[in-house]
Amino acid sequence: MSQIHVTTRLNGDETEFLCDAQETLLDVLRNRLGLTGAKEGCGTGDCGACSVTVDGRLVCSCLMLGAEAVGREIETVENMADGETLHPLQRKFLEHAALQCGICTPGILVAAKSLLEQNPSPTEEEARYWLAGNLCRCTGYDKIIRAVMDAAEEMRRAS
Amino acid sequence: MALDKNAPETRSFKVVGSRPLRPDGIDKVTGRARFGADMSAPGMLIGHILRSPHAHARIRAIDTSKAEALAGVKAVVTRADFAAAPEGMEDVLDNCMAGEKALYDGHAVAAIAATSAAIARQAAKLIEVDYEVLPHVTDVDAAMAPGAPALHDGRSDETVPDGYSANVMSRVEYGHGDIEAGLAKADRVLERSYKTAATHQGYIEPHACLATMGPDGQADLWCCTQGHYMVRNTCAALLGMDQGQLRVTASEIGGGFGGKTTVFIEPVALALARKAGRPVKIVMDRTEVLRATGPTASSSIDVRIGMTKDGRITAADAELRYQGGAYPGSPVGMGSMSAFAPYDLENVRTIGYDVVTNRPKQAAYRAPGAPMAAFAVESAIDELAKGFGLDPLDVRLKNAAREGTRSSYGPTFPAIGLEATLRAAKDHPHWSAPLGPNQGRGVACGFWFNFGGDTCVTLNVTPDGTVTVTEGNPDIGGSRASMSMMAAEELGIPYEKVRTVIADTGALGQNEVTDGSRVTFAVGLATIEAARAAKREMCARVAKIWGIDEEAVIWEDGAAKPAGPNAGDYPPMTLAEIAAIASNTGGPIAGHHEVNAEGAGVSFATHIADTEVDPDTGATRIVRYTVIQDAGKAVHPAYVEGQFQGGAVQGIGWALNEEYIYGADGILQNPGFLDYRIPVASDLPMIDTVILEIPNPGHPYGVRGVGETSIVPPLAAVANSVSAATGVRMTDLPMSPPKVLAAVQGQQEG
Ligand code: FES
Ligand code: FES
Repeated sequence: MSQIHVTTRLNGDETEFLCDAQETLLDVLRNRLGLTGAKEGCGTGDCGACSVTVDGRLVCSCLMLGAEAVGREIETVENMADGETLHPLQRKFLEHAALQCGICTPGILVAAKSLLEQNPSPTEEEARYWLAGNLCRCTGYDKIIRAVMDAAEEMRRAS
Repeated sequence: MALDKNAPETRSFKVVGSRPLRPDGIDKVTGRARFGADMSAPGMLIGHILRSPHAHARIRAIDTSKAEALAGVKAVVTRADFAAAPEGMEDVLDNCMAGEKALYDGHAVAAIAATSAAIARQAAKLIEVDYEVLPHVTDVDAAMAPGAPALHDGRSDETVPDGYSANVMSRVEYGHGDIEAGLAKADRVLERSYKTAATHQGYIEPHACLATMGPDGQADLWCCTQGHYMVRNTCAALLGMDQGQLRVTASEIGGGFGGKTTVFIEPVALALARKAGRPVKIVMDRTEVLRATGPTASSSIDVRIGMTKDGRITAADAELRYQGGAYPGSPVGMGSMSAFAPYDLENVRTIGYDVVTNRPKQAAYRAPGAPMAAFAVESAIDELAKGFGLDPLDVRLKNAAREGTRSSYGPTFPAIGLEATLRAAKDHPHWSAPLGPNQGRGVACGFWFNFGGDTCVTLNVTPDGTVTVTEGNPDIGGSRASMSMMAAEELGIPYEKVRTVIADTGALGQNEVTDGSRVTFAVGLATIEAARAAKREMCARVAKIWGIDEEAVIWEDGAAKPAGPNAGDYPPMTLAEIAAIASNTGGPIAGHHEVNAEGAGVSFATHIADTEVDPDTGATRIVRYTVIQDAGKAVHPAYVEGQFQGGAVQGIGWALNEEYIYGADGILQNPGFLDYRIPVASDLPMIDTVILEIPNPGHPYGVRGVGETSIVPPLAAVANSVSAATGVRMTDLPMSPPKVLAAVQGQQEG
């Protein structure tokens, strides 16, 4: 089986990899590039644990082929913090205890960041609908929504 | 040395009760934390499991030769690769790898290790299994009917009376008093039947493991589990190894809720690794998780309750029938014990039947067995209260169990918090808030036992005066933080000076799994005792330095101080100062504690739910929700609130949406998150919480477990609320829109 050679921009760096034609972007990130921050909760686009952005758009990396990454800008949770400085969402998730087990956290952070980029002042309802594609079984979402709203406010004040 | 003997009630805390950041937090928000599927090893193979497409079938033969011949396949195992299981573990082995029969859709029948996942999957298609398909049964009442297809003939135990179906594995009975005499004193006797569907724990992380075994028989296993010591003991038994030869390391765990308290793929990965001589990783997909792990039992329950018109329960009787899948062991015992536990009853009885069906073997799910029983009982009490025009909280207060009550399952309660939760519910603004059109309010109580069990903690003082707590229970929701807090509290040092690590099975003695809401209680207790041991040692060292009696040295605010006649004679020595010279005073300083922790305190909760039901679609929306629960002592209140909220929302999902749907062919029809729908953010409001602290006399700080009680009341609270909103009594869960719509329309026509 011949593999496909892909060149892409991953977390700001030009990155090359080989992958099989049927391999998902999630599998490429996790198994070939060592970025295990994105998780596989379902593999069918129903849980959001594998969320990444592609050219700034939020996608489930389990629903995209690795080969489709050619020439794109991929951002994963590993690139959210700026060196030692956490992104406000990451900090607020810790302060609000918005994670219990933490398996959903990378996907929810990526999705929430994407929300705030498009809509810096979401209402609680907007935040809840935006995150409806990200399952969390531990928290009941209460503290997640509080953390997102609080981060949004802080980011608005800072800008 | 003299240790403080403060009773939990009077003690004031410095660290416990605050809300510090969790030590594993940064790893978990940056993607660095390593969960089950995030580990790999050089030369690793990928394992894949072939599963039965039939609900019930005899396995006549398995031909693996074509699969073994495929390039890239390094090992294939079937049941023939496992020796007979030791006594008592036959079902665990049979569930991991089917023997004579496949007992449910998704039952493992063979496994492959190959150089890639694609090759392993291809090889699975080449395995030829000769099945003789047998009649099947998936419903609990159908499985109990005479003539039902039998899963295991002749395995019913001696508690099952003659004449029952072969699928009834055991019968339990609890209670006291005289039911009929009690019912005769009632102004009304309500008899109702209730059903609940099987639901899955729904952890977002599928089961995953990585196994390595050398030719010398030494093995290492990395896996996501609620209890790696349990994994070690079980796998060693199933593979015929010494426990000491198998070292298990628990990964970070992406949720469990009871579903990761047993093994599924771990023994299979070890068997493949043994055969292939290479590391083998197995990661389940979501379909496998739903078809072959968890779920909880489905139930069918009959309740009879007699009540006087002023709201006193004169007798309470229930028969509970739980199917727990293909093997004995449904949680009907705990359902029967917990059903009437919140009430002080003169005449009470519960009878439970454990039934097998062609479904995956049930696994524990948060307060196993209790939510279904509470759904039935709390619905019946609500209906009786409403019928008499009484406030449902007043009726519960009138019958509430309290200190000294002989519980329905036997023991007499010490100090408990049920009444306090009911009074807090009455005083809560939610209880008196106005309702809108098509809205209703429901209330329900819940009880859970809470566990203790085998626990080991070692606390090491480093030369620079920081402290490492080593414990053996995976951190599933912030427990590292809680342990560090309790150690810091006891030692009188800042939280930041303590780090808690989860040890592998080589580092500590036996630890019971993370279940039964036991960790904050039992591991906390062992942490406190380990810290006390370290303090005793430090006081002894200082006494030697000062040349005074050990008894004359006390520990206060993180330092040893002279006391009694020597008070003020020497400046205090801090933990860091003592640690720095430990080498000269006798060597490294550590404390440790090993215990089978007893004294876990039962806990109670009261939940209030407001729902709005769309009369045109039958869809139910949760409008407002409040959880009131006794935590004993909340070590880290944010994580206590999180347990309350998470449990409540799982219960809401159970009440409204979630169910295992089987076709007439016995095949699971909704093995994915699209059709097995758990609550999402847009389904819910904020979940209000009220933490009450009625100290548990069995813990030095008063801690009770908090993780499970929160899933017990919501089924009934939501059902009572929907019943109030629609005027129709809902007795069958989940209350999915078609069911609610049919009930509403039936009432309009009727
Ligand atoms: S793993 Fe991609 S959505 Fe669940
Ligand atoms: S924190 Fe566990 S799934 Fe969200």
